[in-house]
Amino acid sequence: MAKKENKNIADLKFGATIEYAPAPESNAHIEIKKKYELFIGGEFVAPEKGKYFPTINPATEEKLADIAKADATDVDKAVKSARYAYDNYWSKISGSQRGKYLFRIARMLQERAREFAIIETMDGGKPIKEAKGFDVPMAINWFFYYAGWADKIEYAVPGKNPEALGVAGQVIPWNFPLMMAAWKIAPALAAGNCVVLKPAETTSLTALKLAELIQEAGVPPGVVNIVTGEGDTGAAIVNHADVDKVAFTGSTRVGKMIQKSLAGSGKKLTLELGGKGANIIFEDAAIDQAVEGVINAVYFNQGHVCCAGSRLFVQEGIAETVLQKLKDRLKTIRIGNPLDKNTDIGAINSKKQLDTVQDYINIGINEGGKLYQDKCSLPKKGFWCKPTIFTNVSQASRVVQEEIFGPVLTVQTFRTIDEVVELANNTYYGLSAGVWTDKGSKVFQVGNQLKAGVVWANSFNKFDATSPFGGFKESGFGREGGLHGLTAYLK
Amino acid sequence: MKDKQSKGAANLQANYKINTGHTAIPKTYKLYIGGAFPRTESGRYLKMKNKKDNSILNISHGSKKDFKAAAAAARSALGGWAKRTPYNRAQITYRIAEMLEGRKMQFVAELEAAGVSKNEAQKDVEAAIDLLVYYTGWADKFQQIYSTVNPVSEPYFNFSTGVPVGVVSVIAPKESGLWGFLAAFIPAFVGGNTVIVLAEEKFSACAISFAEVLNSSDVPGGTINIITGKRKELLAPFTTHMEVNSVILYTEDKTEIIAVQESAAVNVKRTSIRHFADEKQSPYLIFETLETKTTWHPMGGSDGGGAKY
Amino acid sequence: MPFKTPKIDRVGIQERCAKFQSRSLKADTKKKLLRLALNMVDLTTLEGSDTPGKVKQLCNKAILPHGALPNLPQVAAVCVYPSQVKTAKKALNGAKINVASVATVFPSGQAKLSIKLDDTRFAVDEGADEIDMVISRGEFLRGNHNYVFDEIAAVKEACGKARLKVILETGELSTLDNVRKASEIAILAGADFIKTSTGKIQPAATMPVTLVMLETIRDYYYSTGIKIGMKPAGGISNAKLALHYLVMVSETLGDDWMNNNYFRFGASSLANDLLRQIVKQESGLYQSKDYFSIG
Repeated sequence: MAKKENKNIADLKFGATIEYAPAPESNAHIEIKKKYELFIGGEFVAPEKGKYFPTINPATEEKLADIAKADATDVDKAVKSARYAYDNYWSKISGSQRGKYLFRIARMLQERAREFAIIETMDGGKPIKEAKGFDVPMAINWFFYYAGWADKIEYAVPGKNPEALGVAGQVIPWNFPLMMAAWKIAPALAAGNCVVLKPAETTSLTALKLAELIQEAGVPPGVVNIVTGEGDTGAAIVNHADVDKVAFTGSTRVGKMIQKSLAGSGKKLTLELGGKGANIIFEDAAIDQAVEGVINAVYFNQGHVCCAGSRLFVQEGIAETVLQKLKDRLKTIRIGNPLDKNTDIGAINSKKQLDTVQDYINIGINEGGKLYQDKCSLPKKGFWCKPTIFTNVSQASRVVQEEIFGPVLTVQTFRTIDEVVELANNTYYGLSAGVWTDKGSKVFQVGNQLKAGVVWANSFNKFDATSPFGGFKESGFGREGGLHGLTAYLK
Repeated sequence: MKDKQSKGAANLQANYKINTGHTAIPKTYKLYIGGAFPRTESGRYLKMKNKKDNSILNISHGSKKDFKAAAAAARSALGGWAKRTPYNRAQITYRIAEMLEGRKMQFVAELEAAGVSKNEAQKDVEAAIDLLVYYTGWADKFQQIYSTVNPVSEPYFNFSTGVPVGVVSVIAPKESGLWGFLAAFIPAFVGGNTVIVLAEEKFSACAISFAEVLNSSDVPGGTINIITGKRKELLAPFTTHMEVNSVILYTEDKTEIIAVQESAAVNVKRTSIRHFADEKQSPYLIFETLETKTTWHPMGGSDGGGAKY
Repeated sequence: MPFKTPKIDRVGIQERCAKFQSRSLKADTKKKLLRLALNMVDLTTLEGSDTPGKVKQLCNKAILPHGALPNLPQVAAVCVYPSQVKTAKKALNGAKINVASVATVFPSGQAKLSIKLDDTRFAVDEGADEIDMVISRGEFLRGNHNYVFDEIAAVKEACGKARLKVILETGELSTLDNVRKASEIAILAGADFIKTSTGKIQPAATMPVTLVMLETIRDYYYSTGIKIGMKPAGGISNAKLALHYLVMVSETLGDDWMNNNYFRFGASSLANDLLRQIVKQESGLYQSKDYFSIG
């Protein structure tokens, strides 16, 4: 194994032979307007108060566009238009007709995939490799999958004569802006609802581009409304009296506020909140693939992933080996210009988030954690954080307990199955977990005991439109994806 | 006044007839927590009158601390109960039905004591037995309706199953003594959850007698815990305790719904607000007490080719 | 055993390989790597119909890859059957190009040990600098790992000063776990290089198989400090794929393996595609096969 028996053996050296030259994805033909309005009733309309806020490229800190700030009046207009569309158009056509609009959205997204990927990368800071290879294809997958459900709703909930709820208010986060919009809009529309969706304030662009596409696809006006803004805009949607269903993805803190504010309202609620995923490597695992899995688990999308495998548990006998391999692997990770095709880790989404991550890194150090970061250089402008590993941490450490939402991994060791199950479950979250072992029975033994909505065996951060996703405990309730994701939009 | 009273007392004594045969011994109604029958730690009681014979019985006036003990018992029983095979859970549920059938007359009497007519009481008990038989059948079947194998686009085997949400607080309906009481928590129980049930105050005696049925039906201690007391007072501990994962509330009262749903937000509890008039029995009531767990596993295959010289 | 055998997950390996393939190589890096790849080629002819004439053609190509472009690096070696070693040695005429010879009853290896050792000694006596042996896959698959180990050790001894490359013939080993196991046996028994394939079995070299072997080499290095070489052979016929392999080597074993002491491509048509791409990089024009000599 890679565990060094002789300390004189030099570490492997990386990066001198192949210096990847910049390979930027051309954004020459990408059009970003100077100003984006609200998408209400099938049209782009200026906000009542005429207020706008800038959206910037976190990799360059340059302004990309001004985004309309919707207030309660705008939200009210959007909800009314959704209600009108529901009453007059969407509930009047058959499921098979509804489905065709969704198929059309999926196809048009496919045609314009590259454009969406580039804008996603510019607005959010994620590597183009991921925007192109993950975010956009997933969004398409979601629309295509749910399109086919539209005329088969009665089979989703046998014996119940399921019906649409009406108007759904949806609030999404900044980590997967387009994909989250698709996760929300596709099942809602397939089930027969109309929606008012608010993208996160730092990443409104692809949702607004999607609005353009939805307009071009000929979706009846008001079926989808997209209002941009900050937390107060979201609150106005969630608390609007004529909203029948609320779907929120974001922090547990805000999730709890929403749950409380909806008490007694009768609105159907689904919450997809934070996480602190355990990633468990047993001695009998495929070690090199497990190490790669750790990289996918915690550094994917700069660690801005609610289901990130941010807590690594390694069985003691292989702990040194795994750490050596992880450190070697970090040496080949490239951080920088998100539009560069060779970039593995892009920019942190915002200054605010960078501060949060940095605070946690400092907390980790102050708690006695041993920090490891590779000696890579970071661009001067923009918001960046090196992939970080903390050893010498324990369950009591805040960096182990709290969701950091950045590229920070904590490593702990364990001896037995019982011990690691207890450690893994020792959290108020319950979104995801990973189990690495070559022994099938152990996968199920451990997987069954883990209190997590998604268990990735010998893998991590895998998603599919057919696969239900969502959490236990304070990671929220309800599922997105698959049959279970559809029922969240039915009564 | 004084004269009249003493005169009455004199009459009572004069008219009293001593029972020279067997003197019935009334039951002490305690709580049911962790498979045992403790008295409420609070030492409080609620006086109730047997509407049939006018005798007086004392019901335990359960407290916040009693709930705490029940939550601890439910949590520690959860692992074992969830691990039982569905077949075994079905058999235990059926065993409850058998035990209840054998003590039917007792429950009819308990309900009559609570003011239900004999005819209604009989119907209620029989419906309760049928309900247990109905969910017995679901215990080893609901998973097949709930689960999916998900055809993902990568070489992974992917499936979703329902797993128990955990510890469930149940506020029983006011409308029905036995059937409604069981209908509130048996689906959660069959689903592998452990429950703490707040009995409707006027049916407290019936609920605690039912605990005796549970206690003789191979139901593991702590899986079903029954508390009696004041709904107004106990609603808060039932819905704020951090050990509780989900709340089932039968009510028509908007303020109660608001209170419960606001409390639930403290640790993102799931809430099921139910109305007595709604769905009587259904696998979907089990589903409401499940979490969906999705598992991904890579699918291997041959790495070599088939070509030969 | 100085190092434990980890299990291999096929899907995980494939996903890792896909990441190497997503690396984008531009401009100077690409130019540099194309030349490096050419310098790593074991220019190969292993046909039953090989004659001195055919082998001379190959050697001349090795010496002068592309006359129109001076200052090109030479290939690492020519790879031939034992009977052609002498011809090759002579044809290379002192150029700094090794002669590699397959041996041990290539490609099947179905003969008794003494014959395999004779075959090896003959090639070495004829002047081979490197020996490419095949393992006994049948013995390996029926669990006779000691036999496979002893055989490699014996051939290593017969090699004398010649470097030993051990061909696992991964296309017959069925699983990546077997590839890992066979790699370890070969390394521990004395291989200087481990090599994927004879080129006579499909699939020959693949990126997943090569990655498993590279990871074995990495683990052995960290365990002993000894560097073992790697040679994927067969199926790498174009420059683009060769560059993917180089990315894989560079991100798995690092800079020390990025030379022909530790990494080779066993190929016949790869050299010309590398040359076409080199010329394309220089001229900006896409090239035609007519302008490149056959080896």
